[in-house]
Amino acid sequence: MISADLNIILPELILSIFAMLALIAAVYTGKDKTAPLMLWGTAAVFTFLAVMIGVGGEGAETAFDGMFVVDGFARYAKVLILLSAAAILVLSQEYMAKRGLLKFEYPLLVALSVVGMMVMVSAGDLIALYMGLELQSLALYVVASLHRDSVRSTEAGLKYFVLGALSSGLLLYGASLIYGFAGTTQFAGIITAANDQVPLGMLFGLVFLIAGLAFKVSAAPFHMWTPDVYEGSPSAVTAFFATAPKVAALGLFARVMHDAFGLATHDWQQIVAFLSVISMFLGAIAAIGQTNIKRLMAYSSIAHMGFALMGLAAGTALGVQAMLVYVTIYVAMNIGAFAFILSMEKDGKAVTDISALKMLSKREPLKAIAMLVIMFSLAGVPPLLGFIGKLRVLEAAYEAGLAWLAVAGVVASVIGAFYYLRIVFFMYFGEEEDAAIDGHMSPILWTGLMVSALVLVVGLVNLFGIETLAASAAQALVN
Amino acid sequence: MDNLLSIITFIPAIAAFILAAFLRGDDEAARRNAKWLALIATSATFLVSLFLLFGFDATNTDFQFVEERDWLLGLKYKMGVDGISILFVMLTTFLMPIVIASCWDVKTRVKEYMIAFLLLETLMIGVFCALDLILFYVFFEAGLIPMFLIIGIWGGANRIYASFKFFLYTFLGSVLMLVAMIAMYIDAGTTDIPALMNHTFATDSFRILGIHVIGGMQTLAFLAFFASFAVKMPMWPVHTWLPDAHVQAPTAGSVVLAAILLKMGGYGFLRFSLPMFPVAADLFTPLVFWMSAIAIIYTSLVALVQEDMKKLIAYSSVAHMGYVTMGIFAVNQQGIDGAIFQMISHGFISGALFLCVGVIYDRMHTREIDAYGGLVNRMPAYALIFMLFTMANVGLPGTSGFIGEFLVLMGVFQVNTWIAMFATTGVILSAGYALWLYRRVVMGDLIKESLKTISDITPRERLIFAPLIVMTLLLGVYPALVLDIIGPSVEALITNFDASVAAYEPATHAADTH
Repeated sequence: MISADLNIILPELILSIFAMLALIAAVYTGKDKTAPLMLWGTAAVFTFLAVMIGVGGEGAETAFDGMFVVDGFARYAKVLILLSAAAILVLSQEYMAKRGLLKFEYPLLVALSVVGMMVMVSAGDLIALYMGLELQSLALYVVASLHRDSVRSTEAGLKYFVLGALSSGLLLYGASLIYGFAGTTQFAGIITAANDQVPLGMLFGLVFLIAGLAFKVSAAPFHMWTPDVYEGSPSAVTAFFATAPKVAALGLFARVMHDAFGLATHDWQQIVAFLSVISMFLGAIAAIGQTNIKRLMAYSSIAHMGFALMGLAAGTALGVQAMLVYVTIYVAMNIGAFAFILSMEKDGKAVTDISALKMLSKREPLKAIAMLVIMFSLAGVPPLLGFIGKLRVLEAAYEAGLAWLAVAGVVASVIGAFYYLRIVFFMYFGEEEDAAIDGHMSPILWTGLMVSALVLVVGLVNLFGIETLAASAAQALVN
Repeated sequence: MDNLLSIITFIPAIAAFILAAFLRGDDEAARRNAKWLALIATSATFLVSLFLLFGFDATNTDFQFVEERDWLLGLKYKMGVDGISILFVMLTTFLMPIVIASCWDVKTRVKEYMIAFLLLETLMIGVFCALDLILFYVFFEAGLIPMFLIIGIWGGANRIYASFKFFLYTFLGSVLMLVAMIAMYIDAGTTDIPALMNHTFATDSFRILGIHVIGGMQTLAFLAFFASFAVKMPMWPVHTWLPDAHVQAPTAGSVVLAAILLKMGGYGFLRFSLPMFPVAADLFTPLVFWMSAIAIIYTSLVALVQEDMKKLIAYSSVAHMGYVTMGIFAVNQQGIDGAIFQMISHGFISGALFLCVGVIYDRMHTREIDAYGGLVNRMPAYALIFMLFTMANVGLPGTSGFIGEFLVLMGVFQVNTWIAMFATTGVILSAGYALWLYRRVVMGDLIKESLKTISDITPRERLIFAPLIVMTLLLGVYPALVLDIIGPSVEALITNFDASVAAYEPATHAADTH
């Protein structure tokens, strides 16, 4: 019995054992000298696991009496998490090394947080949910303050920790209420208790649970930590925050809503729709005044999470599918954008001011055009992939009878277009000035940027087939 | 030639790709190569599109040259033309070589400039050929990106404000259309445009936030599409982006904007609003009529007091587009024929007028009307060409401008006499501002010191104007060239429209008695 269970959690097991063994190995050998090796090794393990999960396994399996679920949805989310984490690790190597931040703990902490994320998207029980969430968060708190000598970075880590702890508290309180009314912590049990008529107490619990989850996806009004943490953390860490954890948090969100409360859609639909609309507008409006590109990306991610939540708010299989497609495209765009941000430096010092991009198109036409593609894609302008993501969530929302949400979403996307255009404006329309950033870009970052831009253009042909994958993943979750 | 339309659409894009990928350097030779490649690509597109024109069967009102392929989940890549759209495709392919030739003297970032125009051509042709809602939207919206860059990078002093205004204004208009498209897709279960034209969208009225919506879903969808097309057209009172965009855009950008991009609005009304939401279109006809009449009179008056030549022509464009919307919503043969004719003819005339301004702007680097005067003394050939297009703009018989305006007025007169009367005053006003502009710029004595050395138009410029002159006069004396092609399709459109509206009337009466 136990061997069957272990077999199901094999990927998580491999990753945890790898992380611990690597930790021991690094401590007893060269310490930070082994960091590049650790980083590449971790990325390789991520990729290996992504392939392993991607090709193996069909249908749904549960382990530990339903605490841990592996189905199409979990597989899709895990592959996305692993691949994006691997990509960000590889991209971040040079940045971290230059600033003396390439400690051997960095890749291993990321690996541990990824274990947490994998548990999150596979959670079939409130306890498993909390375990995954905390493992992910604790590792990330440390990673955020990796730059120990920087006040900003330490502040970011502390802020993230304090607010994260608060949200965990909310979540736990909600979970305990749900447990109290359902009599079980298992989603399978909750769904029978929450069938049709949700007891008031459980509804209370649900609201607290959603608040905690909203914090993790950085949906407004629980977004306060996002800009500060994004700004304070080393850029490479910011890039990581913007990708894999978002996928995991959204995956968990969708899993809880559908697996545990799937029969009471109307009870949480309005809450999620509210989070969605607030996030879209806040992300769009608050970003306008930003001059720091990392803060701007923070607000951008808040707005994008709003759109992804629109898919979830639909409460249908189509909605979950749209959400998965959306978040996949979002990750592709962010990898490209952060590849560029990581390369923004002047005389070895990182530059994050948007105006440093002035007339980039003159000096670096190719990079500028790649950024242009990414920016228009983030704004959701066709024919770039960002548009397809938006189209899908709007469709899902409309079909679920949330026409008002769809209209609000498109209006927010117009407001949001302004600040993406502003970056284009700096790159293309500005006056000639002395270069505020060095032109140099390492081959890895360059590749990351170009591949991302190319994907956003070429993807229009068939989306690389992720539509069908997302569809079957969504079918696995919602039935 | 099963995929003729795709070939026409994507030749410019392929040329743009070649330019981007293989052309290196920024010296004189590279610039020349970029311009020649762009010119050859656009000319080739035009030549290939002639096959389309000659292979087109005007008596057949179905879509022709249809090609269909599966695209992203549930969507189709479907292209085709009918009598309404084919001439817009031809207009685009015809004008683009002229546009490229007109920017021969551009010195800054020539390669990128050419790429932007080539991509824009692909997207514009795509708009007129797309037979799938979302495909249409993709082409329609994507056109904003190159135009935004053209205004922003190569524009005048105030280009940044103008480019942002242009982008956000039109973007806001069209995202609402996107929501309506999704609604249509979910209602009809398809994004196929011909199928949607035969689908009847619900007209049962309902309440939203306590407001009684007559015409139900049709009305809401109509309004969403209207928001997009009215901005694009542009109609009063959402025209304010146009003068800014025109004034700041480089000459070639202005030409494309006035001659082709504006036509997308009118095309949209004909392709979507009338056939898909006939009942709502019928309900909103009075509103559109009044908006058009106001546009004609108000913008003509505004044009009178402009001091910037481009701004004057931009306002005149808004006025002329007023005739187009009016003619479309008259929904009779003369009205719609006239509207399409007016759009085609306006494509030649306004394009030529912007080129005329470009000619003297290139020499004097100002568009102030006051800076000119007496040009006829040193530029006789220019004066003649400018006069021809000024007269065509006024609607002088013998030029294409007359046919369009006359047909529209005739069509509208049958539906609403008062509106026709107000609109006719526009003819007088347009004579006022156009002739006054001409007198101030070209006539009189040449007294300004700076103009004493100005030179007449070069052979290259003559060559650019020649096709436009030919088309303006040819269509002016032989309008059947256009009308024979559009006639049957327009007739079919009107028949369907009338049938749908007639079917709605009894239904409302039945609802009212309850």
